[in-house]
Amino acid sequence: MNSTIVQTDANYVWVPESKWKLLWKAMVAHRISYLFMAPFLFFFCLFTIVPVIASMVMSFSYYNILEKPRWIGLSNYKLLFVDDDIFLKAIGNTLKIAIVTGPVGYIMAFLLAWLICQIPNKYRFLYTFCFYTPAITSVVALTVVWTYLFSGDRYGMINNWLIQLGIIHEPWLWLQDVRTIMPVLIIVSLWMSMGIGFLAFLAGLQNVPRDLYEAGSIDGVKNRWQELWYITIPSVKPQLLFGAVLQVVFALQVFDVSVQLVGIPSPLYAGHTILTHLFDYAFIRFEMGYASAIAVVLFILMVGLNRFIFKILGEKEG
Amino acid sequence: MASSGSIVKGKRFDWGGYLLYTFLTLFAIIMLMPLVYMVSTAFKPISELFLFPPKFFVMNPTLKNFYNLLLVSGSSFVPFTRYVFNSAVVSTAIVVGGIILSSMAAYPLSKHIDMPFRKGIFNIIILALMFAPQVTQIPQYLVINYLGLMNTYVALVIPYLAYPVGLFLMKQFLDQIPDALLEAGKIDGASEWTIFWKIIMPLLKPAWATLALFVFVAAWNDPWSSAVYTTTEDMKTLPYALNTINGGNANLIAAAGTLGAASLLMVIPTIIVFVVTQKLVLETMAHSGIKG
Repeated sequence: MNSTIVQTDANYVWVPESKWKLLWKAMVAHRISYLFMAPFLFFFCLFTIVPVIASMVMSFSYYNILEKPRWIGLSNYKLLFVDDDIFLKAIGNTLKIAIVTGPVGYIMAFLLAWLICQIPNKYRFLYTFCFYTPAITSVVALTVVWTYLFSGDRYGMINNWLIQLGIIHEPWLWLQDVRTIMPVLIIVSLWMSMGIGFLAFLAGLQNVPRDLYEAGSIDGVKNRWQELWYITIPSVKPQLLFGAVLQVVFALQVFDVSVQLVGIPSPLYAGHTILTHLFDYAFIRFEMGYASAIAVVLFILMVGLNRFIFKILGEKEG
Repeated sequence: MASSGSIVKGKRFDWGGYLLYTFLTLFAIIMLMPLVYMVSTAFKPISELFLFPPKFFVMNPTLKNFYNLLLVSGSSFVPFTRYVFNSAVVSTAIVVGGIILSSMAAYPLSKHIDMPFRKGIFNIIILALMFAPQVTQIPQYLVINYLGLMNTYVALVIPYLAYPVGLFLMKQFLDQIPDALLEAGKIDGASEWTIFWKIIMPLLKPAWATLALFVFVAAWNDPWSSAVYTTTEDMKTLPYALNTINGGNANLIAAAGTLGAASLLMVIPTIIVFVVTQKLVLETMAHSGIKG
């Protein structure tokens, strides 16, 4: 009798463990699969996962590389949000740029991709080329163009045109005047915003099955706008979500454009963004703890916004 | 009546189509204008750079700027071609390494559906799409520094090898390739390794092209990595070189021609890669969606 009780007890205890054993067996059976993934996961862990966690830990410390890091709790965050006016300015600037380039760039990319899909195949690449090329040109290389287009003297192309048209009478210091720094940064960012998302939309739209439209016209879809709303958009929803994720990242990671056009620091910090603030503290002042706190704030902002977008676009599906 | 084909039908005069082309063409011209200006500046002789009022197009194109850039070494001791070489080596290494790593990882992630933790790993990749890599820059720098890799090509390459967008696109592309193609190999008794190289890799060609485009563009244009990971002049890449030419702000206009030439040389490779890969890229991007 005793032994059976023990045995049932043992069985009872063994049930969850055999689950682990099964998992382990499955993992051993898939050892080759893991080997295939190992190189990627190794570099991914070393340069993405570990850094994200390390940033979070470091953001609670004072660390200047030379001395050992010192635990200082929430001080960095307190400093960041209470005393660092420049950081608040940087957040404000970043959000101002993102609020325009995010939605406008996104809608523009979708509409242009849609319009391109309305023309015959042989002309499509020509327009795709014109819209996509700005996104793959180096910001650094384009600096030569922007600094001369927006140059503050009469040699500047924009000044020259505006003076000839009689809109302004004196040359305007586009890249030095705090009133025009933000608009210029927004325009340049928008110019470059037709990136991977645009290609995803274009490819998705070209592959909407033809018979969906035929079925739609039988079901009473009357015009092109209804067609777009009831058939096209639902069919490319996965691409729309992918594009949205990349667009959020693009809109919030303003760095090169600001550094190249208005410098670090920009006049009165008028073009300062979260990433330029991060770069300033990390690689100019070497205050790694404080800079990590900035990185964590940006990380939370991006992931939080994307989670939100996932929720909205995901729910509509159901 | 709803029509499903193209707006332009050719027979009667179609106002919608006319408007569409006008709009697209106007917009295309606006988008291309800065690039046209760059090309024009690259060929401007110095007399035209100082011209007032400034001219948008070049009148007497010259190759003098390219000559100055490539043959006359400027203020630095490192010739311009060294930067081009560095950029080419680094970008090529990231592209080749990135494609191999992503393809290998995408195969089990897409086709070994009963592998434990498959979903978890994929969700982490999706999460990694949601933030900019710059966020992880500080610990990355500390890792590179700790490993003693500063001022090496390795430091400029390895942080960018595991590219989440690349793995994501590879995996999505592989998902729509029928399993039947792989089963044939399995019946023949081929090992996973053989199946991967003989069957999967060739099928992934459009996805390679896509990865090559995105990774190349990102690596080639990146001003950040060589600014952070290298301190010696001979390890710097092209974006740094351009900034150096741009650096002497006092002589901005005189340097514009050389800078224009350098910029043009920097932009051309990315455009070539796009033109070469565009067909395959669009083929891959059709499967790029995230299912919500």
